[in-house]
Amino acid sequence: MNTSTLAIKVSGISKSYGSVKALDNISLDVRRGEIFGLIGPDGAGKTTLFKILVTLLNADSGLAQVDGLDVQKDYKKIRSRVGYMPGKFSLYPDLTIRENMEFFASLFGVTVEQNYDLVAPIYSQIEKFSNRRAGRLSGGMKQKLALSCALIHKPSVLFLDEPTTGVDAVSRSEFWDMLFNLKEQGLSILVSTPYMDEASRCDRIALINNGHVLDIDTPQNMVDNYDAPLYGVKCDNMYEMLKKLRKVESIANCYTTGEYHHIVASKEFDVERLIQDLTDNGLKNIELKAVIPDIEDVFIKLLSNEQQ
Amino acid sequence: MSNNDYIIDVKDLTKKFGTFTAVDHITFSVKRGEIFGFLGANGAGKTTAMRMLCGLSYPTSGSGTVAGFDVTKEGEKIKRHIGYMSQRFSLYEDLTVMENMELFGGIYGVKSKDLKERASDLLEKLNFVEERDTMVGSLPLGWKQKLAFAVATLHRPEIVFLDEPTGGVDPITRRQFWEMIYQASSEGTTIFVTTHYMDEAEYCHRVSMMVDGQIKALDTPANLKKQYNAASIDEMFRILARGAKRGD
Amino acid sequence: MKNQFLQFVKKETLHILRDSRTMLIALLMPVAQILLFGFAVSTEINNINVAVVVPQWCEGVRQSVERLSANPYITYKGDIAPDEIDQNLRSGNVDAIVVFTHDFEKIMNEWRRNGVSKSAMQFIMDASNTNIAQAGTGYLTNILASDVMAASSMVETHMLFNPQLKSAFNFVPGIMGMIFILICALLTSVSIVREKETGTMDVLLVSPVRPLRIILAKMVPYFGLSCINLTTILLLARFVLGIPMGSNLWIVILVSLVYLALALSLGLLVSTIAKKQVVALLISAAVMLLPIVMLSGMLFPIENMPSVLQPLSAIVPARWYIDAMRKLLIQGASFPLILKDFLILIIMTILLLAVALKKFNDKLE
Repeated sequence: MNTSTLAIKVSGISKSYGSVKALDNISLDVRRGEIFGLIGPDGAGKTTLFKILVTLLNADSGLAQVDGLDVQKDYKKIRSRVGYMPGKFSLYPDLTIRENMEFFASLFGVTVEQNYDLVAPIYSQIEKFSNRRAGRLSGGMKQKLALSCALIHKPSVLFLDEPTTGVDAVSRSEFWDMLFNLKEQGLSILVSTPYMDEASRCDRIALINNGHVLDIDTPQNMVDNYDAPLYGVKCDNMYEMLKKLRKVESIANCYTTGEYHHIVASKEFDVERLIQDLTDNGLKNIELKAVIPDIEDVFIKLLSNEQQ
Repeated sequence: MSNNDYIIDVKDLTKKFGTFTAVDHITFSVKRGEIFGFLGANGAGKTTAMRMLCGLSYPTSGSGTVAGFDVTKEGEKIKRHIGYMSQRFSLYEDLTVMENMELFGGIYGVKSKDLKERASDLLEKLNFVEERDTMVGSLPLGWKQKLAFAVATLHRPEIVFLDEPTGGVDPITRRQFWEMIYQASSEGTTIFVTTHYMDEAEYCHRVSMMVDGQIKALDTPANLKKQYNAASIDEMFRILARGAKRGD
Repeated sequence: MKNQFLQFVKKETLHILRDSRTMLIALLMPVAQILLFGFAVSTEINNINVAVVVPQWCEGVRQSVERLSANPYITYKGDIAPDEIDQNLRSGNVDAIVVFTHDFEKIMNEWRRNGVSKSAMQFIMDASNTNIAQAGTGYLTNILASDVMAASSMVETHMLFNPQLKSAFNFVPGIMGMIFILICALLTSVSIVREKETGTMDVLLVSPVRPLRIILAKMVPYFGLSCINLTTILLLARFVLGIPMGSNLWIVILVSLVYLALALSLGLLVSTIAKKQVVALLISAAVMLLPIVMLSGMLFPIENMPSVLQPLSAIVPARWYIDAMRKLLIQGASFPLILKDFLILIIMTILLLAVALKKFNDKLE
C-alpha cells in the first residue's frame, strides 16, 4: 500500500481530439477515503479524464497520479489496483450474473469467495437471480452487478463514470447509499454525474464544463460562498412572469427551478417593488421568498459569469 | 367528453407481452395546450404506453383517441399529426441544420414554400441563423436538443411527445429548453414529456406517475404534493416508486 | 494465472454457444456450401438437347444417331424436317442440331476408300449460352466425328485426376479457403470489436490481464469451431462428393491449421482497425471475401486473369491455400510439391500476426 495521502493527483492535464479541446489544464486532488464528485453536463470532459486516470488514454500534457503511481509510467501497476465502471454498464449481456462475477474476478486472479465480504452488501441484493443473464436485468440491477464486478478484486481507488445516468430517482439514491458504505470501508471514490442534485452526496466536488474546472470545494462551502441574494418566486402564470422578470433591471439573472423561478438579485433589488410590478401586470397569487442556493444555482452562476 | 377539449383521451389502455402486462388499464386525458409530465420508474411501462399513444404499437385492449384519431387502428394517421423527439434519435449528424429541417419537413409533408418560411423563423428564434449550414454533429449537445425540438414542431403538430429530452444537458441549456416548451405551450401546442429530472416535473401543468404498469397518481404538482404530504415531486416519486413490486 | 486464461476461454465459448443463430450459421454454412456447389451449381454441362436432320437414312446415319442417344450427356430429341430447324432452336426446344448430308453414305465410302474428306455433317448450335454451345460442340465432335474419322483423328484427349471434369472437385478447396476466412477472421474480429463497442474492452484493459492473453483466449474457441468445420468439410468431400483425397490427410490437416492461424491473425488485424462491428463486417467482406472469390483462383483460373491482376492474386493468402488443397485433395500430391504454398502461408501468418500484435494497443489510441 502506498503511503501517499492522495488517492488521485491531477495537475495541468490537457487533452485534445483534433481541434476539439476535451480537457484544458485540469488540476484536482482526491484524498484518501473520500467520495469526490466530478459534476458537469455531457461533453464537459468527464469521461476523457476518467480514461486518462484509468490509463486507457494518454494525456497531451500534464501529470496525473493514481495511488501515488504515475498514470503513464506505472500504468500496469495501476491497472491491478483500481476498479473501473465505465459509462455504459460494461457487462456481458449473454453471461449470467454469476458468470460475469466469476469472469471479472478471474481477470484479477481472485475468486468471488475470497473478496465476498466487500461486495456482499451489494451483491446479496441480486444474488438470488444469479442464473439470470445480465442482458435481462433492469437498470438498477445492472448497476449493482457492474459495481460488484468493479469491486471484486478489492481495489483501493474506485472510478465510477456516470453510474446513475438513465437510472430512476429511487435506484439512484440507493446507489449513493452503497457508495457511502464503501467509503466507510476505506475506499477512495471518484464518481462523475450530470445530475447536480447528487452533488450533496459527495465529500468534495469539482464542477466542470467544456473541459475546464469551474470550482472545486465541498458542496457546503460552494453553497455558503454564493455571493448574491437569491429569491424564489411563483404565481399563476409562470411563463408570463418569466418574460416579465427578464425585463427587470435589478435582476441579474432569473431562471426556472421547479416550483419557483429563481431570481439572482443585484444591489438595487427591491422585493416590494417587484411584487407590485408583477401584480400591476395582471399576475395573481404571487409568492416571493428568499431561498438557499443549491449546487445547480452555483453552477448556473459560475457558468453565466463565464459566458459574460 | 368531446375531442375538442382533450387531445389525448384514453380508457383502459392495456398492453400485454405474453403473460406480462406492461401497461395495465390506464385511463387518462390530456387537455389541449397542457404541459403533461409522464413520470415513472424504469420498467414501470412508460415507454410502452408512450409507443401506443404515438401510434407505434396497438393496445391489446382498451380504447381512446390521440389528436382525434383512434389509438386502436389509426396509428399511421396519429403519427402524421404528432411531433416526436427522443433523447436517442433526433437528427442526422452528417447533415447541416437546414438540411435536417428540409428533410423532416419533407417527411411530414410540409409544403416547400411554408417550410422555407418556418425554418428561417425557427432559426431566428433559436439564434441559429449563423449555424444554418453547420453540420449538426459539430453542435454542442444542448443546441442539438433545442434544434431537435424545433424540427419536431416544424409541421405544427397539435401535440409533441418528448422522451427524456434534457438528459445530460447543462443546467442553463436545460432551462432554455424548457422555455421553448413553455412558449410552444403558450401558443397552444400540447406537450407530453417524460423526464428523470424531478424539478422539471414541477414545470408541468399536470403530472402522472406510473407504477407497475398502472397510473397511480395524476394531478397538478401542487395537489400531488399536498396529497402525499411531500415537500417536492421528487419526494412523492420516491414514496410511490418504493411501493413498486416489479424491480425498478 | 492459468485459471485466468481458462476462465477467459470459458467466457468466449459461452458467448459462442449462447449466440445460437451465429453458431448454427457457422456450423451449417460449410455443409450448405459444399452441397450447393457440389450438386446444384455445377459448371459441367450434362444435359444437351440434340435433334437431327436426316435427308436420307442409311446405315452410317443410323449408327451415329444411336451413339448420340446412348450418350449420358446428351438428350436425343428425335429427327426433324430441315424447315423446322429455326423454330426448334428459337423455342429453346433443342440446344443443338446435327444436319447430315443427303449423300452421307457416299461421302463416307469415298473417304474410307480414298481418304478424300468432304463435309458430311453440320452442327447448328444455339450460341446464346456460350458455355453450352462450346461444350456441346466438343461433345458432338467427340461422339460423332471421332468415330467417323477415327483413323484421321490424331488428337486424343485424356482428362487426368478428374476424368469426368466434375466441378465439385474444384470447388471444395475454394470453399475451404473461403469458409475458414469467414469464420475465423470475420467472427473473431466482430467479437473483439463488439467488446470495444459495449465498453467491456475498457474494463478488460484496465485489469492486469496482458493484451496477448485476451487475444489468445479469443482465438481458442474460434479455432475450435473451425476445426469442427474442417472435419465436416473433409468428411463431406470424401463420402458425399467422393473426392479421392489420396493418402496425405495429415498434410491436408497441417496446411489447414496453418491457414486457420493465418485467418485468425487477419481477424485480429481487422479488429485493431475497426471501431464498430459494422465496420469490422464491411472490412472483412470487402477486403477479404471479395479478393478470395475473385482473385484466389477459386472461380477464375489465375492463368486466365488479366496480367495486372495476376501479381495481385499472389498476396491473397487463399490463393496459396486453395492451390495446395487442389494439389493435395485432387492430385494426391506429396508434401514437397506443396512446400512452396506451405512456406508462403507460414510467412504470411507470421507477418500478419506481428503487425496485428503491434497494432493491438493496450491503450485506446
